[in-house]
Amino acid sequence: MLRSEISRTSAHDDRTDDAQAGELDPADRRAGVTGPHPRTPGAVLQLITPDGARRPDADLDPWVADVDDERLAALYEDMVVVRRLDIEAVALQRQGQLGLWPPLLGQEAAQIGSGRALRRDDFVFSSYRESAVAYTRGVTMTDLMRVWRGTAQAGWDPRSIGMATPSIVIGAQTLHATGYAMGCVMDGVDSAAIAYFGDGATSQGDVNEALVFAASFAAPVIFFCQNNQWAISEPVGLQAMRPLADRAPGFGIPSLRVDGNDVLAVMAATRQALDRARRGAGPTFIEAVTYRRGPHTTSDDPSRYVDPAVQQAWEAKDPILRVERLLERSGHLTEERATAVRSRADALAAEMRRGCTGLDAPPPLSVFDHVYTSPTTWLVRQRSQYAAYLAMFEGGGR
Amino acid sequence: MSERTLAAALNAGLRRALEHDPKVVLMGEDIGRLGGVFRVTDGLQRDFGTERVMDTPLAESAILGTAVGLAYRGYRPVVEIQFDGFIYPAFDQIVAQVAKLHYRTQGAVTMPITVRVPYGGGIGAVEHHSESPEAYFAHTAGLRVVTCSNPQDAHTMLRQAIACDDPVIFFEPKRRYWVKGEVDETLDASTFPMDRARVVVPGDDVTLVAYGPLVTTARDAALAAQDDGISIEVVDLRSLAPLDLETVESSVRRTGRLVVTHEASQHAGLGAEIAASITERCFHHLEAAPARVTGFDVPYPPAKLEEHFLPDLDRILDAVDRVLGRRNSLTGWKA
Repeated sequence: MLRSEISRTSAHDDRTDDAQAGELDPADRRAGVTGPHPRTPGAVLQLITPDGARRPDADLDPWVADVDDERLAALYEDMVVVRRLDIEAVALQRQGQLGLWPPLLGQEAAQIGSGRALRRDDFVFSSYRESAVAYTRGVTMTDLMRVWRGTAQAGWDPRSIGMATPSIVIGAQTLHATGYAMGCVMDGVDSAAIAYFGDGATSQGDVNEALVFAASFAAPVIFFCQNNQWAISEPVGLQAMRPLADRAPGFGIPSLRVDGNDVLAVMAATRQALDRARRGAGPTFIEAVTYRRGPHTTSDDPSRYVDPAVQQAWEAKDPILRVERLLERSGHLTEERATAVRSRADALAAEMRRGCTGLDAPPPLSVFDHVYTSPTTWLVRQRSQYAAYLAMFEGGGR
Repeated sequence: MSERTLAAALNAGLRRALEHDPKVVLMGEDIGRLGGVFRVTDGLQRDFGTERVMDTPLAESAILGTAVGLAYRGYRPVVEIQFDGFIYPAFDQIVAQVAKLHYRTQGAVTMPITVRVPYGGGIGAVEHHSESPEAYFAHTAGLRVVTCSNPQDAHTMLRQAIACDDPVIFFEPKRRYWVKGEVDETLDASTFPMDRARVVVPGDDVTLVAYGPLVTTARDAALAAQDDGISIEVVDLRSLAPLDLETVESSVRRTGRLVVTHEASQHAGLGAEIAASITERCFHHLEAAPARVTGFDVPYPPAKLEEHFLPDLDRILDAVDRVLGRRNSLTGWKA
């Protein structure tokens, strides 16, 4: 296939599937739950349509039976908040307060639906765009800013948050998640690891190696791929000739292709995968089909490669709007409540801004800290010599 | 105290570590049933089970990447890279993740991972089986890089490496795997830390710095030089990152002459760092420019050419003559 032909396919078909649930593997049947399994190839599982209609799905529904309108409203609030925070972060970057920000606009449902499916003792290994997942893990507003303001390379203590420092190297974290999950098995606990990565990462060797290791060791890990259609400027059609979810079965890993803009479907799929992991049934691959409506980062210029018509089509599938419509229809989103949600989002955005602008550059000599668990003689020497150098300047050496 | 080969001393070190700490796990290709291609892990899977001594799929990046995840979970992975020339697929995980995670997390996450790497040439092997990639790793902040030259150090230093909370790249001189020596497994590891160099032959005229497989060669050179009335002090570097420059410096301050030898290529190698650092530290004590005896700046050659690539006793003595101002191969040489 010619490169030009590949590039034309900027987004895979995202039609939904009306077919009945496919066959379950015997182990899943015995456990009394529906297991993940391929349906119509390329079909996308969905519970809430863009118009805000609730579609029944015999396979997914049991996994979100407890999500009543109140809980759905909580997920709605989460999505409104993280979108507001994302907008604030972009503004902070434009105002020179942040060096860089990778916007998540359009991917709120994929991140909130999966993040809220996790338990406290599960562990997240993410890429850099998962600020909404970090929010679900309880990362503070100030901590969300540190890396992007350039005052630290990690925003939070991974072990207390249950989320590793986001990996900037594409796909590397999928191996970390797999190793962590192998450790969970060795420890005899039913905690799971979840790896977040994008469509571009699926081309990386590390991701493919992670799928091999996870399958070989039946590791309780969820490969959560947000197919947002873009790897900076490269369309997913350049990474894959078929739906990404189709790859996993070849590794011996069941996969689900889910509407990534449907918070309920994402939560159902993630819970189903977590259940498999906790039961010792091994890894699951979830492809959340979504769309990156913003730039790759604040340094990017998508006008050079994005078709406005495609962009508009995805705006019509907005993850927040559809839940808003559903809740309004059921009378669970009054104007009063909507205002309260917006106020909370604004308050958190203000808190984030305060936290951000309050972050000062660390002391110069801290550049030498934590290279090793105990300082080496040569680093002590370099540090001492640089301190002497700084001391030559007024106010230097702090 | 018992006589063991270097490989058996490593095996005993791994066994002790597995016994001592339930969080120690071994990972690698063919390390289980086979016991490793050099048999360094022989019998360990039988005695400690498949969960603690894991045969992994053939993917070096994944071996390191999953080791990172296990370290996050509180484990202390000891991974084997089957041969030096196969470590490159794991380079990203080692350099971008393993080395940096403690710094990145400001000390919140430690990476107590030991990466065992059989390295070096001299065994007549095919391509990719004789390389000395230590400088890549020594250049990387956050890694400790060590190498042993004898069975006792192999045993003690490996146990120190595994106990260390920092990541350690542990280079094993594969052509010395079968060298025998006395090994005291009860030796108190704390008395001589793995990041210290050791003077293995005292001398007065020239400081000869070597590490790993060439320490034996350097000792032989020192012995041979005695016939000419030249007294060589041999320093076994042991740690390549951090470098114990203090030990080298105090030797050079006495001898005034420095020769560094390693199998790895010369350009931007350990010899360059040692020569530069020692020159900076004690320039006025030097009687001659430091000399390097290394592999050439070429890819590792075919087996039938490796004797020309590898530093040997005569090439080392030629450099000793050079720093002493005696007649040598470059006397009268013009570019």
